[in-house]
Amino acid sequence: MFINFLKKKSTQGYNLIQNFTFTIVKNIKKLEELVPQVRRDILRMVHGVNSGHPGGSLGCAEFFVVLFFHVMNSKNQFSMDGEHEDLFFLSNGHISPVYYSVLARNGFFEISELSTFRKINSRLQGHPTTHEGLPGVRISSGSLGQGLSVAIGACLSKKLNGDKSIVYSLHGDGELQEGQNWEAIMYAGSKKVDNLISTIDYNKQQIDGSTEDVLSLGNLKKKLESFNWIVFEVDDGNNISNIIEVMDIAKKETKKQKPIAILLHTIMGNGVDFMMHTHAWHGKAPNDEELKNALSQNKETHGDY
Amino acid sequence: MGTTDLKNYSFNEKIDTRTGFGVGLLEVGKINKNIVALCADLTGSLKMGDFKKNFPERFFQIGIAEANMMGIAAGLTIGGKIPFTGTFANFSTGRVYDQIRQSIAYSNKNVKICASHAGITLGEDGATHQILEDLGLMKMLPGMTVINTCDYEQTRKATHAVANFLGPVYLRFGRPKVPNFSTEIPFEIGKGIKLQNGNDVTIVATGHLVWESLEACKKLNKKGISCDIINIHTIKPLDEDIILESVKKTGAIITCEEHNYIGGLGESIAGFLSKRKPTIQSYVATNDTFGESGTPRLLMKKYGLDSETIVEKTIKLIEKKNQLSSK
Repeated sequence: MFINFLKKKSTQGYNLIQNFTFTIVKNIKKLEELVPQVRRDILRMVHGVNSGHPGGSLGCAEFFVVLFFHVMNSKNQFSMDGEHEDLFFLSNGHISPVYYSVLARNGFFEISELSTFRKINSRLQGHPTTHEGLPGVRISSGSLGQGLSVAIGACLSKKLNGDKSIVYSLHGDGELQEGQNWEAIMYAGSKKVDNLISTIDYNKQQIDGSTEDVLSLGNLKKKLESFNWIVFEVDDGNNISNIIEVMDIAKKETKKQKPIAILLHTIMGNGVDFMMHTHAWHGKAPNDEELKNALSQNKETHGDY
Repeated sequence: MGTTDLKNYSFNEKIDTRTGFGVGLLEVGKINKNIVALCADLTGSLKMGDFKKNFPERFFQIGIAEANMMGIAAGLTIGGKIPFTGTFANFSTGRVYDQIRQSIAYSNKNVKICASHAGITLGEDGATHQILEDLGLMKMLPGMTVINTCDYEQTRKATHAVANFLGPVYLRFGRPKVPNFSTEIPFEIGKGIKLQNGNDVTIVATGHLVWESLEACKKLNKKGISCDIINIHTIKPLDEDIILESVKKTGAIITCEEHNYIGGLGESIAGFLSKRKPTIQSYVATNDTFGESGTPRLLMKKYGLDSETIVEKTIKLIEKKNQLSSK
């Protein structure tokens, strides 16, 4: 679908994508293999404390795996300032399980620490924070709608420092109901913040029901474009190749006087059949039996924590 | 009871504290290239124009979007910038409390929240703009340093001090022109300043009430009451030692601030004295009320924030102290 879009857009772009796809085909398999392990981490973490947000976490597993294991240029040693490396900000902090899993699997901290999620004296708070010094996290999030402003600030800091790297952020679609986002969207568009790639987890679900029912976002693509953003839309945002493709194109569109948004259509609860296509698992943990069922659908590929 | 040789505090001109901020910001901007400034469409009111003119690449006009400003400021610290945000005190605190709480305080970001037009002396704009709750809001945030300056020179020095201080700071100042008397007085975050030495009562003052307390001191001295006058510019962390030492001598304390008595400096002092040395106390502060339109001078009189009120409350407090000691 995305390639089709490019075909229509330009032949040159299509060739570029084809060449690129060829070189990364061998990586895709590795990334795909990691995804079920991340899902297992998410499920076991929320089950372990009978709380947390599995739905959105599962829906973004592919995105996080691609971002951290393929897209971002980040250094081995974590530093808060992140000079000359790509940065990531999670605005919808409640999907912390997927964030923690991917950070741990990427070596930011010991994988065994995932077992402390939401427990007392843990660095893995219910919502991510810098407060306990967890490597990989640069801002606290959880109270929704604040992450885009922070990401823009980091973009401005990079520009002042002559740092060419890119700032990535992730936002829930329901989260866009928070007004601060629109202040930030207006700012980034008006002030040409063009080292920013913001992804919207467009799963169309929120706690109380479908986003359409709770408070419709309308035509999000048109809205963002009218705020002077470049917008890409990915119909199947749970497909690793699609995410790689859109990220590569988006990267090439940076430094062109416009911020970039990716509307990533995902399925909440993806990878666990009974959690998919519903908002029921937005903020609910599986019981023992449900966990067993969910884990049976996802192979242990890298060893459970 | 007795009179004291008073130190004479004079001033060449009346000048607003916000101008002290503007001048200070330009100075620290020249010293440290990591200083950046953000403003939400009040550049003139905040006196940030000279910084903007001298360092256009380090000045960010955010527009009328304070929540976004706080978030952008938090993000700017990542990469080593030292952001100074500027808007009215009302829009610097209550309007954006959650943004400050999560993205700045809890995230421990090195943001300097600089707030002008604080308190009732904002004047004619009226109660919507006259925040009298901001010190309370800010001091309750873990890790937040809270400063309320008294004149031009103290605000200028405080701006330097917060630029060199690592951690989130709320710097509160105001709109009206007030005597600039503290030229020779050094400023150190968290260190109270003894302005007069006396024996009968401790008067602790912050912000615009400092000059009022010096005026009150002169009047009280003529009535035979000698006052210890302490300027507490740093509401948090509070210089407990200077207050404790004074009340051990005087046995009575009066706290003066342009803020609601609930949540302000007086409450902080009462809280720590109740643990260390319970002392009778009187509050010169607003009495759990909103303000209204008027000239700053008339509002200070009406809401009991002037030197006359300090004199009256001090006399009553000393009577009470004497009654208690004669029992």
